[in-house]
Amino acid sequence: MTAETTELSLPSRIDTVATAAAAVAEFLSRSGITEDAAFGIDMAVREAVTNAVVHGNRQDENKTVDVSLKSSPDAVEISVHDQGTGFNPEAVPDPTADENILKASGRGIFFMRSFMDEVDWLIRPGGGTTVRMLKRRNPQLHKGDS
Amino acid sequence: MAELNINERQAGDVTVLDMSGKITIGEGSVALRTAVRRLLEEGKKRILLNLGGVGYIDSSGIGELVSSYTAINKEGGQLKLLNLTQKLQDLLTITKLLTVFDVYENEADALNSFK
Repeated sequence: MTAETTELSLPSRIDTVATAAAAVAEFLSRSGITEDAAFGIDMAVREAVTNAVVHGNRQDENKTVDVSLKSSPDAVEISVHDQGTGFNPEAVPDPTADENILKASGRGIFFMRSFMDEVDWLIRPGGGTTVRMLKRRNPQLHKGDS
Repeated sequence: MAELNINERQAGDVTVLDMSGKITIGEGSVALRTAVRRLLEEGKKRILLNLGGVGYIDSSGIGELVSSYTAINKEGGQLKLLNLTQKLQDLLTITKLLTVFDVYENEADALNSFK
């Protein structure tokens, strides 16, 4: 398995979510990832790009959403960058808490964390937000030293 | 072709919406919201969503199911779900929404449950 990287720069529109998902599906088809893992990555990417378009860039078409896809022998890593002001991921309420179950929104980050092995955010004041998501090819072999 | 196709039929006093496609942010979620609001305006408050043909749903679509459920309950009606795919059932399980929705695998059972 050789390493491969793809970069996309997309407009801040709702239809960018489908464009990014299609590009990721095409990328994953060459990566040898399992069907189950690909489903989870697709879910996570759609949520991350939705957040970047809607909450980060607030659908300002002068701002782009930049997606980076990296495939290595150990994992697939996806980064989604927006030009928004950022947020505190730890302050996002747990959508499975009793008081939040019937809320209409707030499940995107929960899905990203549910379907990926690692999710973290890099927030630069004035410089936008990057969410980095990692899916390991074989989570059982991971010993926390990669 | 529309992202989400919705076919409406009446089974006694229950309105069944047979849905196929995707319930995702944008067109799919809006189509579901519009259909449910229209039924409520028409006084149709017993609604069964047949989701057997829905191959994909995102957090926005899940949110729209929740909004539909709360809007119909508020009007004194009932919303039930039929024919969930395994993926959708998994998503409702991890979000704990499977405990909220009344879910059926068989249409006759679902229709009887409204009586």
